[in-house]
Amino acid sequence: MISLESLNRALQHWLQSTLGDPWAYLVMCVLVGLAAITLFAVLGLALVYMERKVAALMQIRMGPNRVGPKGIFQTSADTLKLVMKEGLTPDGADKFLFNFAPFLVMIAAMLVLAPIAFARNFQIWDLNIGVLYVAAVSSIAVIGILMAGWSSNNKYSLLGAMRSAAQIVSYELSAGLAILSIVVLAGSLRISDIIASQADGWWIIKGHVPALIAFVIFLIAVTAETNRAPFDLAEAESELTAGFHTEYSGMKFALFFLAEYINIFIGCAIGATLFFGGWMPFHIGHWEAFNRVMDYIPSSLWFLGKTLFLIFLIMWFRWTFPRLRVDQLLNLEWKYLLPISMINLLFITLMAILGWHL
Amino acid sequence: MFLTDYIKTVYGTLGSLLKGMRLTGYYFTHKKEIITQQYPEVRPVLAERFKGEVVMPHNENNEHRCTGCTACELACPNGTIKIVTKTEVNAEGKKKKAIDTFVYRLELCTMCNLCVQACPSDAIIMANNFEHSVYDRRQFTKVLNLPGSKIMEGVE
Ligand code: SF4
Ligand code: SF4
Repeated sequence: MISLESLNRALQHWLQSTLGDPWAYLVMCVLVGLAAITLFAVLGLALVYMERKVAALMQIRMGPNRVGPKGIFQTSADTLKLVMKEGLTPDGADKFLFNFAPFLVMIAAMLVLAPIAFARNFQIWDLNIGVLYVAAVSSIAVIGILMAGWSSNNKYSLLGAMRSAAQIVSYELSAGLAILSIVVLAGSLRISDIIASQADGWWIIKGHVPALIAFVIFLIAVTAETNRAPFDLAEAESELTAGFHTEYSGMKFALFFLAEYINIFIGCAIGATLFFGGWMPFHIGHWEAFNRVMDYIPSSLWFLGKTLFLIFLIMWFRWTFPRLRVDQLLNLEWKYLLPISMINLLFITLMAILGWHL
Repeated sequence: MFLTDYIKTVYGTLGSLLKGMRLTGYYFTHKKEIITQQYPEVRPVLAERFKGEVVMPHNENNEHRCTGCTACELACPNGTIKIVTKTEVNAEGKKKKAIDTFVYRLELCTMCNLCVQACPSDAIIMANNFEHSVYDRRQFTKVLNLPGSKIMEGVE
């Protein structure tokens, strides 16, 4: 059976035998970088299209339906438009920071891609502190956002950046606690170990109600960290024009836009890995026959399906809930999510110690 | 007490959020709810009261009901209408004021219907047509009375 794993192995083997050690590594690195960029581009196009269609259907509209069949080339056409537009730099802006910020946000998004397992044994870097790495590196994007807001020399941008930073910093806590609860259950920070621990059932099922609570909190935190409605105060268009990227145009704007969708994808991929077993097919305890049937579906499809499902959930939130006010936002985090997730974590720890989970 | 209130808030919030999601989820799965009209392919169904432009109906003998009284011109809040009158001599040799050109400048009109209400002889009405785009704005200046038209018998 052809799988991403065997393709990867074959490629690596071929490179090793033809080029020898250091060069093979170098070529591999370049290939991985290219693959990541391609993935980003495809993801950007597909997710924006998906978002627009989902939004339209939820608002009883049709969505893009002119460019290509059912409008599937709409996002490509939009990208083409953005590429051809002039990337303006405002006069009063800090030129270097202004032009660097979108790339920083993009780089942060790219770095987080490293430990994500896309399929069975198909991972860029299976480091032993994978989850911690994700939690740490994903916050680098805040610096990019603050940079963009500050260097634009625009009050809307600055306000948006400040809000965004406050939001990401505070929701990082509950996201971290939700991630931690699964780490407690799985007993490892390594992504592959966490996935392997779900071979006889996903944590959302094995972990009972506490895992469900952790999942809901994680989903809320991811929505907040990606600055999406109902937590889109950072770019609240009715108050702040477009928040931190008010002054950006052309390709630099497109990078911010792309980074938002990449971050959603990564957040949802982490969520799928932690709570739904990543590429692990749906297994029930020791029903060997059932499990074997499930194994026939390729692991990459499982991963993609779960991630897309979570992305759909987040889009569902966006097009249903109204935006929160700043005080409500911080209330929600500090008065509700944080205490609940702390108690939940204690509970899960107890569960893990006593072995109550399946 | 605090704890029960707290739990009640969380519970109530989750409940109302789920309610909202149920509605949007229903819309998402039921394509028949879509209210978008596929405009150029499917002609829109407009209500009769829809106000698209001011027109002056003519009958089959190329006759209209406008007496040239300029009540509509005076009623219009933004100078959309310009009535040019002429004096006509009728069959009995009596001199009478009549309309020469009824100039209507579509680009100024707000479709407020005041002119139609002001007209004492119901000479103008609002039409349903809404496709007004032209390549040259001069085309917006229209003459509503058709060439060679005259006033209907019995309209004073
Ligand atoms: S509809 Fe209103 S704006 Fe238009 S011509 Fe009549 S009175 Fe003037
Ligand atoms: S359209 Fe009516 S109000 Fe206007 S000039 Fe003619 S008769 Fe008078």
